[in-house]
Amino acid sequence: MNRSRDIFTALMAVFLGLVAGAIFMALSGANPFAGFYYMFRGGLMNIERIGNTLATATTLVLTGLSVAFAFRTGLFNIGAAGQMLIGGLVATMMALSNNGALPKFLFIPLVLICAMLGGALWAAIAGFLKARFNVHEVVATIMTNWLAFWIVYYVIPAYFKGKLETESARIPFESSMKLDWLTNLFNGSYINFGVFVALAATAVIAVILNKTVLGYELKAVGFNRHAAEYAGINVSRNVTLAMAISGALAGLAGATYYIGYAVNMQIGILPTAGFDGIAVALLGANSPWGVLASALFFGLLHSGKGFMNAMTKIPPQIGDTIIATIIYFAATSILFVRLYDFLKKKLKKEVKA
Amino acid sequence: MEHVVEMLNITKAFPGIIANDDISIQLRKGEILALLGENGAGKSTLMSILFGLYTPDAGRILVRGKEIQIANPNVANELGIGMVHQHFKLVHNFTVTENIILGMEPKKGPFLQTRDAAEKIRQLSKHYGLNVDPDAKIEDVSVGMQQRVEILKMLYRDAEVLIFDEPTAVLTPQEIIDLMKIMRNLIKEGKSIILITHKLKEIKEIADRCTVIRRGKVIGTVDVEATTSAQMAEMMVGRQVSFTVDKPDQAAGEVVLELKDLRVQSSRKTEAVKGFSLQVRSGEILGLAGVDGNGQTELVEALTGLRKVESGSILFKGKDVTNLSILHRIREGMAHIPEDRQKRGLVLDYTMEENMVLEIYGLPPFAKYGFLNKPEIRKYAEKLMNDFDVRAGEGPLAMARSLSGGNQQKAIVGREVAHDPDLLIAVQPTRGLDVGSIEYIHKRLVEQRNNGKAVLLVSLELDEIMDLSDRIAVISHGELTGIKMPKETNEAEIGLMMAGVSEGAQA
Ligand SMILES: Nc1ncnc2c1ncn2[C@@H]1O[C@H](COP(=O)(O)OP(=O)(O)OP(=O)(O)O)[C@@H](O)[C@H]1O
Ligand SMILES: [Mg+2]
Repeated sequence: MNRSRDIFTALMAVFLGLVAGAIFMALSGANPFAGFYYMFRGGLMNIERIGNTLATATTLVLTGLSVAFAFRTGLFNIGAAGQMLIGGLVATMMALSNNGALPKFLFIPLVLICAMLGGALWAAIAGFLKARFNVHEVVATIMTNWLAFWIVYYVIPAYFKGKLETESARIPFESSMKLDWLTNLFNGSYINFGVFVALAATAVIAVILNKTVLGYELKAVGFNRHAAEYAGINVSRNVTLAMAISGALAGLAGATYYIGYAVNMQIGILPTAGFDGIAVALLGANSPWGVLASALFFGLLHSGKGFMNAMTKIPPQIGDTIIATIIYFAATSILFVRLYDFLKKKLKKEVKA
Repeated sequence: MEHVVEMLNITKAFPGIIANDDISIQLRKGEILALLGENGAGKSTLMSILFGLYTPDAGRILVRGKEIQIANPNVANELGIGMVHQHFKLVHNFTVTENIILGMEPKKGPFLQTRDAAEKIRQLSKHYGLNVDPDAKIEDVSVGMQQRVEILKMLYRDAEVLIFDEPTAVLTPQEIIDLMKIMRNLIKEGKSIILITHKLKEIKEIADRCTVIRRGKVIGTVDVEATTSAQMAEMMVGRQVSFTVDKPDQAAGEVVLELKDLRVQSSRKTEAVKGFSLQVRSGEILGLAGVDGNGQTELVEALTGLRKVESGSILFKGKDVTNLSILHRIREGMAHIPEDRQKRGLVLDYTMEENMVLEIYGLPPFAKYGFLNKPEIRKYAEKLMNDFDVRAGEGPLAMARSLSGGNQQKAIVGREVAHDPDLLIAVQPTRGLDVGSIEYIHKRLVEQRNNGKAVLLVSLELDEIMDLSDRIAVISHGELTGIKMPKETNEAEIGLMMAGVSEGAQA
């Protein structure tokens, strides 16, 4: 709504999060400047590390968009993790069954579509339960998260077992999202085709939300379902659809993560990126481009914290602490909103005087 | 003369508009001061400043002669200033007592001590004749009762200065009479009252003085006794206002809407509409009169498709629409000015331009290939807001939430009339409007009728029904008590019929 205010709020939250991180580093007996230096170096020091930062951010952009899109349509999707698992499972199954039957330029689009559908259908369950039986989506998505968890837990060892019981076979390069030229360009980093998917998804979601009839309807239902109903909008259908789109984004995240970033699919894990998406959306003020920026920042923290740990005595948890603090400040952003209004007013008065 | 509250040279600006422009008002001890002004004149804003919800850009506030900064509502409470808002602020699944003590819970150690509070509330209620049950749940009591809970909330905090922002807009005629009595009791106890209302009749009846505001500026303060309603209206609008409606005689045309033995349930699963049959014809305004809660809401919701019909049928232009979707009915030519503007009528977090196309955003020229055509939407919204004098600081870009209550209402009326519907269902179309706007809206409703369209007017205001209707249908307990021509009846007879006395019984 108020763009400069949102940006101000986000930057304040980031700033205070970093300050808090610095305090913790100092408390653990380390030099905070050295800590941050190594953290940012860890994320950006060379072309390979930059690639890895982008690859980490790719997943966060997509899960962040998933959560943000749901928020904008009045839904709280904490099921991105489960939807990601389903998308990832679909992608892994396809990648391990392809055996070079389809060339990469046909296979990748097909995988993306199927993973999207998988995530969409998975999320639509929660949407339908909400629309039809008024089951709160938070409850439903927690349930579907664990359902996805157990499906993966059984399907992978049963049909796609790798060397270990707990993981799938290795994704062959011919059906992975990694691209030769991209991997070479970034000196063998994890970066993959997903980076373009994330960019495209950001643009598409921005257009849907701001420029289309569909976005108008979905947001109207989110803001005031009584008024939407009054206007002749089919509320039930739109709630289900909004969840489905949100799930499709998480499904994409799953595909790019499990057959792009990772080399196989591990069982027994709900991917944390699904929950980090909530933080990304919050800091990005639920706007698609804001999500892109905040995902890049979180990606940097995530991929830099290991290097920081290796070079200093600072525990990697400090990175998580910073993230947690930022989330805290972003969530209490009302304080910054007040500050912003206050500063703006003061500035105006001074300009006049 | 002792002043309990003085607001001096108050100025408050919002983006694009100066809501209060150097306003001064003075409230004497033991008086009722009315604030009169057009929609968007800045009355609610001024009172929000006094209650500590907004800080003024400039100006001073004196309470009992002492200059004071009211930073937030808690400060206002401590100064003995209380406010009943235009839209109530109660927790619905809390009891009356719980709502009243909210924020100042009496505790014994860590435990809530509600018994004494309930007793104090009972006594206050009795003392002022409020008739409130401290143990009732808010969701179970009427709107009038909720308002009395808000009044008790102020009294419980020992408020000496009571602000009422359009208290009567949501009340039934009987509840209004009760409220007037309560206000007199309050004055007798030495309280002072600021009353915002658009109804000149109420000002004449109860207020001592009246401060008139126009476009953020004070026009003057008059002694109510010595001033006529017409004079006050003219001060406020800046021109003469006609209180009667010109309506040429005209024969009604063919049947546009026909209800046959309609049965509809309320949200509580009791039968609210019990076998209702009615015809509305083109070129007529049919007024539906009734005491609030006698099935009007359910009837209208069934007509528009918002509520399921149990049995019976709805024929619209000869076609059975009983089971058609809401959108279908809109496209067929039904329009609906809803009873609750904030719940149904507007998406408060959308801009005005987005709200002005609420039912037609998907149609050309506002959309093409699934994309919104923003310039067209803006042009359309600008024109409508101009025609219906909807005032907002940032015009079509203003958030619906930021508009004054009356301007929100005008926007909805404008939007629905602009569809030029074959049937316009207007529920309380002038609720919360100033007299100038009421005159304009009434004109537009009559214009619809003159152009051969059908209008179903549902209103709790008997005056409005009598003035506008070609025929009056009366509903009581979900049943039709009878149909009258306005020329052949009077308010007393309609009142009896509203109470359920049918035509035959009194003849
Ligand atoms: N929070 C806000 N942000 C922006 N503009 C506002 C805000 N609150 C009020 N306004 C604007 O200030 C003006 C005065 O509004 P206010 O609510 O005080 O009017 P009012 O006299 O109470 O009218 P009504 O009789 O319709 O209730 C309006 O034009 C309104 O659009
Ligand atoms: Mg107001």
